[in-house]
Amino acid sequence: MHAGALRPVKTTFLDFEQPIADLESKIEELRFVQDESAVDISEEISRLEVKRQALTKDIYAKLTPWQIAQVARHPQRPYTFDYVQHMFSDFQELHGDRAFADDKAIVGGLARFNGRSCMVIGHQKGRDTKEKILRNFGMPRPEGYRKALRMMKLAEKFAIPIFTFVDTPGAYPGIDAEERGQSEAIGHNLYVMAELRVPIISTIIGEGGSGGALAIAVADQQLMMQFSTYSVISPEGCASILWKSADKAPEAAETMGITAARLKAQGLIDKIVNEPIGGAHRDPRAGAQSLKRALQETLKQLSEHSPEVLLEKRFERLMSYGKFKELAA
Amino acid sequence: MSWLTKLLPPKIKRDQPIKKSMPEGLWIKCEACEAVLYRSDIESSQYVCPKCGHHKRIRARHRLDLLLDPEGRFELGSEVLPVDPLKFKDSKKYADRLAAAFEDTGESDALIVMQGAVCNVPLVVAAFEFDFLGGSMGSVVGERFVRGVKAAYEQGLPFVCFTATGGARMQEGLFSLMQMAKTTASITRLSAKRLPFVTILTDPTMGGVSASFAFMGDVVIAEPGALIGFAGPRVIEQTVREKLPEGFQRSEFLIEKGAIDMIVDRRELRERLGQVLTLLSGQPAINS
Repeated sequence: MHAGALRPVKTTFLDFEQPIADLESKIEELRFVQDESAVDISEEISRLEVKRQALTKDIYAKLTPWQIAQVARHPQRPYTFDYVQHMFSDFQELHGDRAFADDKAIVGGLARFNGRSCMVIGHQKGRDTKEKILRNFGMPRPEGYRKALRMMKLAEKFAIPIFTFVDTPGAYPGIDAEERGQSEAIGHNLYVMAELRVPIISTIIGEGGSGGALAIAVADQQLMMQFSTYSVISPEGCASILWKSADKAPEAAETMGITAARLKAQGLIDKIVNEPIGGAHRDPRAGAQSLKRALQETLKQLSEHSPEVLLEKRFERLMSYGKFKELAA
Repeated sequence: MSWLTKLLPPKIKRDQPIKKSMPEGLWIKCEACEAVLYRSDIESSQYVCPKCGHHKRIRARHRLDLLLDPEGRFELGSEVLPVDPLKFKDSKKYADRLAAAFEDTGESDALIVMQGAVCNVPLVVAAFEFDFLGGSMGSVVGERFVRGVKAAYEQGLPFVCFTATGGARMQEGLFSLMQMAKTTASITRLSAKRLPFVTILTDPTMGGVSASFAFMGDVVIAEPGALIGFAGPRVIEQTVREKLPEGFQRSEFLIEKGAIDMIVDRRELRERLGQVLTLLSGQPAINS
C-alpha cells in the first residue's frame, strides 16, 4: 500500500466551510507548482496548512445547531461499518429477521472488542447512489428492527455486551413498512431493550432521527459524537409542521436542542465524544480511536454490575426522563 | 374556503380544537354518512352514528365516564403539571399553547388516569385527550402514565390505556422522545406480575405513541374506523409518491394485516373489556 492510499478522498465542503475550501485549493495549487518549481515554497505551504487548521478549528468551534446537523449528515461522515472496521476485530455479519427479509439499513453481527466477544448493531447509510438505495438512506423497515431484536436476544442468550451505533433520518415512512407493523417493531424493541440482561452501550454517530433511532438506543449509557444530532423530529419536519415552512429548519434546530452539548446539559445523554478538528469525516481513524477509548471506559464501568443491578439502574434511568412540576398533595 | 384548501386532505392535527363531543343545538350531522341526527339520539348511542356506525371522536373524560362503573372512581397523577423545559417558541410560545389548551379543554395535559372498576373488575385506566395539543405525549403524559402503571402494579390491578394522539410533543424536544422509552419500559413491570395490559386504539393513534406502548398490549383493541399508524398519511404519500390504498391505516386494514386483536364497537366495549380482563387473570365471568 502506498502512502497516498491513506490520504482521504477529496473532501466535500459544506456551505459554511467555503473559507476552508478556498485555502485548500490554494494549497493544492502551490503543491502542484512546487513539483516543477526550482524555488522552495514548502515553507509557504506549511504556513498555509497551519492557517487552514486554525481556520477549521475556528469555524467548527462556532457551529450553529443547524450547521452541526449538516456535519452529522455529511456525505463522507463515518458510518457504522467504518467504526466496526476501526474499533472491532473478527466481525461476523449476521443477516435477516427470519420472517420476512434482510433489511440492509440496519447491520450487525458478532465481533471482538479488545478481544472480548460482543454484538454490534447499527444503522447503515450508503456512500454512492447505488448503495444509498440498497441501504434505503439508512431508514429501516420493520424487518430491520426485528433483525436488530433477534441479534439483541442472541447477545442476551450468550451474555455478551451490545454496542449500538445510531445514524438514521428516521424509520422508513412507506406503505410496506406500515403494512408490516413499523409501530409494533419499534415498540417491541423499546420493550425488550428495557429488560435485556446484558450491558447496552449506544452511540449516536450521525443523525439520531426520532423513534427510528430510539428503537436501537435504549441503553445503559448513551454516548454522542461531538457533531452528531439527536431529536424527536427532523428540524425540517418540525419547521414544516410548526412554522408551516421547511425553510425555518435552522430556527427549529436551534430551539429543539438537538446537539450533544445541549442534550448533555439536560441530562439526556451521558457522554460527548470529541471528534478530530473539522469533524470525524476529516479523519475517520482518529474519530474511531476517540470513540473506542470512551467505549472501553464505559464497558468497564458497566461490567462491574450484576445483571440485576444493571437492570435496576437502567429502569431507574428510564423512569427519570422528563421535566414537569408537581403540586403538593 | 378556497378550492385549494378544499382539495387538501383533512389534517390529523387541528390548530383550533373543536369541541366535537359537545355540539350546540338540537341536530348533529354525521361526518361519515351525513345523516341528520337528533342530538339526544347520538348522545344515547355514545356518539356512534345510529345510521352508519361511525365513531365520533370523544373527549378523554367522557370515555372514562362511559367505561367505568359510577362508584369508587378517582383520578391519579393530576398533581403532575407541564413546564416548558426548552423555552420553546415557534409561531407561538409553547407556554401560550399550553395555556390555550387548558383554556379550551379544562385539562392540564393530554392524559387522564383514573382508578376504578369496569363491570366490577377493578383496574387503572388512562385516556389520551386529543383536544389537548393533539393528544401529544410529553413529559407529563409519560409521568402520569407511569404513575398509573405503578398504582396498578402495587395493587395488583390490570392497566388499560385509550390512545388518541398525533404522537410525540415536539415542543419538548428529546424529552418527549424519551417518554416512548419510559412508558414502554414501565409496562415490563406489569408482565413480571402477570397483570394484564390492554390498549384501546382510537382515532387517531400515530407516531411516538403508536410506536411505543400502543402495540405492546397483551390484547390490542381498536375502535372501528380509527386511523392508526407510525407515519402520517401525508408524509407517506410525499415519500412514496403514490396514492395510498383505500382504507389504509384504518382499524379494518390493521386487523387484516394481523396488527391488532379485535375491533370493538364503543357501545360493547365495557362488557368486552370486562371479559378480556377476567379471562386473562383467571377470574370468574362478569355478570352483565
